[in-house]
Amino acid sequence: MPETVLPPDPAASNTSLRALLHGLPGVDEVGARARAADLSTRSIKTSAKARAIDLAISMIDLTTLEGADTRGKVRALSAKAVRPDPADPAVPSAAAVCVYSDLVATAAEALAGSGVKVASVATAFPSGRAPLEAKLADTRRAVADGAAEIDMVIDRGAFLAGDYLAVRDEITAVKEACGDAHLKVILETGELATYDNVRRASWLAILAGADFIKTSTGKVAPAATLPVTLIMLEAVRDHYAATGRRVGVKPAGGIRTAKDALKYLVLVNEVAGDGWLDPDHFRLGASSLLNDLLMQRTRLSTGTYPGPDYYTLD
Amino acid sequence: MSTPPEHPEPARAAAGGDSAATDDRQHSAPELHAEAAELAEPLGAGGAARPDRPGRPDTSAVPADAPAAERIPVRKTYKLYVGGAFPRSESGRCYPVTGSGGAHLANAALASRKDARDAVVAARSAFSGWAGRTAYNRGQILYRAAEMMEGRRAQFAAEVTDADGVDARRADALVSAAIDRWVYYAGWPDKIAQVLGAANPVSGPYFNLSRPEPTGVVAILAPPMAPLLGLVSVVAPVIATGNTAVVVASERAPLPAVTLAEVLATSDLPGGVVNILTGRAGELAPHLASHADVDGLDLTGADPGTAAELERSAAQTLKRVLRPGGGEDWLADPGTSRMTPFLETKTVWHPIGA
Repeated sequence: MPETVLPPDPAASNTSLRALLHGLPGVDEVGARARAADLSTRSIKTSAKARAIDLAISMIDLTTLEGADTRGKVRALSAKAVRPDPADPAVPSAAAVCVYSDLVATAAEALAGSGVKVASVATAFPSGRAPLEAKLADTRRAVADGAAEIDMVIDRGAFLAGDYLAVRDEITAVKEACGDAHLKVILETGELATYDNVRRASWLAILAGADFIKTSTGKVAPAATLPVTLIMLEAVRDHYAATGRRVGVKPAGGIRTAKDALKYLVLVNEVAGDGWLDPDHFRLGASSLLNDLLMQRTRLSTGTYPGPDYYTLD
Repeated sequence: MSTPPEHPEPARAAAGGDSAATDDRQHSAPELHAEAAELAEPLGAGGAARPDRPGRPDTSAVPADAPAAERIPVRKTYKLYVGGAFPRSESGRCYPVTGSGGAHLANAALASRKDARDAVVAARSAFSGWAGRTAYNRGQILYRAAEMMEGRRAQFAAEVTDADGVDARRADALVSAAIDRWVYYAGWPDKIAQVLGAANPVSGPYFNLSRPEPTGVVAILAPPMAPLLGLVSVVAPVIATGNTAVVVASERAPLPAVTLAEVLATSDLPGGVVNILTGRAGELAPHLASHADVDGLDLTGADPGTAAELERSAAQTLKRVLRPGGGEDWLADPGTSRMTPFLETKTVWHPIGA
C-alpha cells in the first residue's frame, strides 16, 4: 500500500494525478503471471466444487451486447437469468442481466420483482468515443429506464496520452449521473498495453468513485486474463485497507468454462480475501459460461456427462 | 572432399568465391547451422576432429567394414490420439502390453474417463466440419488413409504378428484386407445417398426427397480379437458417412490402433474426426454410453456381460446403438450394415412448380 495514495483531491491537476499514479509501485509482470498460473493449478473438488459452481452462477452478469440484439432475445436472457435451469429450482439466479442502454426498459420489465438486477453499458460502449454530453445523456436514460448498474468505459485515448484528469472527471461526472445506480468502470485492459497501466487505471477509477472496476468490454482481445484480474484485485484490496470502502471487481470477456470461473474464484479468495466472494463485490461478465456451469453442476449431481443440446442457446 | 571442413567460413574467406560455392552445394542445411554454432567457439579449438561430440562422428576415421557402434534404441511412446494430437493420458497412467507369447511389447496409455470426455469434445467440435465436407472429398480422404497404410505395411504386419501370433503370410493378408477395407468404404460416401435416399411418390404437387445424414458423435468399442482389421472395419463405415468417432481400441492389443492413428494423422483427415483411446473398455464404456453429447454407440467390442447395461444406459439419451450378435467374419464383404445404423433420414417436401 503506497503512502502516496490519498482520498481524491477535488483540486487535483494532471500533475498531481500523474505524481500519484506514477508513484505506485511497478508491477512485477513475471511475478504476476507466475502467481496467477500457480493459483490456477489449485484443485477444487466434490462439495467445494458444487458450492463454487453455485457461487459462480450467482455472480454472473449474463450479458448480451450484440448489434443484432432484439427485445425477444433480452426477454429470453432475462428468463434464463432468473431461472438458469428450468428443471432444477435449486440453481441460484444470476446477479444481473447486462444489455445495451436502449434495451434496459425491456430487461427491467422482464426482471421486475425477481431480484436480478439490470445492468446497462453506457457512455458510447465499447469505444467510449463520444462527447461527454452524449455519454451523460446515455447514462441518465438508462438509469431512468430501470438500470441498477451502469457499466461505463474509460477514455483510453486520454488515459494513454497521460490526461488522467480528463479520465477522472469523466468518471466523476458519470457517477453523478448514475444517482443511486452502481457504477462499474471498464478499464479495457487489452488496450492499456502494460500491467503498470492497469494498476494506475484501477486506482484512478477507484479514487474517482467507481463501485466496481471491470476488465474489458469483451470486444477487444485479450479480454479478461488472470494476471490482469490479480492486479485489479490487489488495487481494491489495498484501497480497502486504506479507506474501508470495498470496491468490486468484474472480469469480463473470454471466460467460457466452469474451470476458468473456478480459477477466478480462487484468485479472489487468495488475493483479495473472502470478503469479495459474494455477488456484491465480484462479478463475472459472461454469456456462454452459464451453460458450462450448469453442465458441470449436472455432471456433479448425476455422475454422467451432459451435452450442450440439453441447454438453451443463450 | 569427403568430410566437411570444421570451419568453412575462414576457409572460404581465404580460398575465394568459387570454392565457397562448392561448399554450399555439399552441405545440407542442418550442417551449416551446426557449423555456424561452432563458429561462436574460440577458433583456437578448431581443426581437430572431436569424437566426443554426438551427432557428428568423424566418419573418415572409421573403416568401412568396422562393426556398427552399439546404438541406443529409440522406442516409440504409445499415446492416445485425441483432436489430431497425441497426448498422454490425463491420468498419467499406462499399462503393459504383451504379445501372444507373453513377452512384453510396450507400455500403452491407460485412458481415463477424462480422456474420454476430452475425446468427445474433440469429436463434437470436428463434427460440423467433417459432415460438411462434400461426400466426394470424404471418399478421397478415406482412400488417402489406404495409401498411407500401404506405405507402412511392414510395420502393421509386424504388429499384427506380435499381437496375435499369426504367421507372416496370414499377417500380410490381414493388413491387405484392412487396407482394402479403407478402399471399400472410400467408395461409399458419394453413393450411400443413392442407395438409402429416395424421391418418394406422394399424392400431392410436391417433390418428396429423403436423404441420409450423419448422426453425430459415435462411440465405438473396437473388437478385442481383431486389433487391426476389426478396428478399421468398425471405424471406416462410421466416418465415411460423416460421423465423428471416439474409439476404444482393443485392450489386449492396442499397438496397431496407435499406429493406425499415425496413419490417420497424415491422411488429411481433420483432427478430431477419429479419436483413439487405449485402455480398459470396462472403465471407459459406461462413461461414453451415458455421455449426453454422444449420439451413437457401437458395441461390437463390448463384453457380452456388460453390453445390455451399456445399451440401457445409452437409451437414457436416445443414442443409436449397434449391438451385433458377435462372431463377425472380418474378412467377409461388409456390405452397408455398419453404415446404416448411424444415419438419420431427413425428408424434405418441396412444392412443384411456381
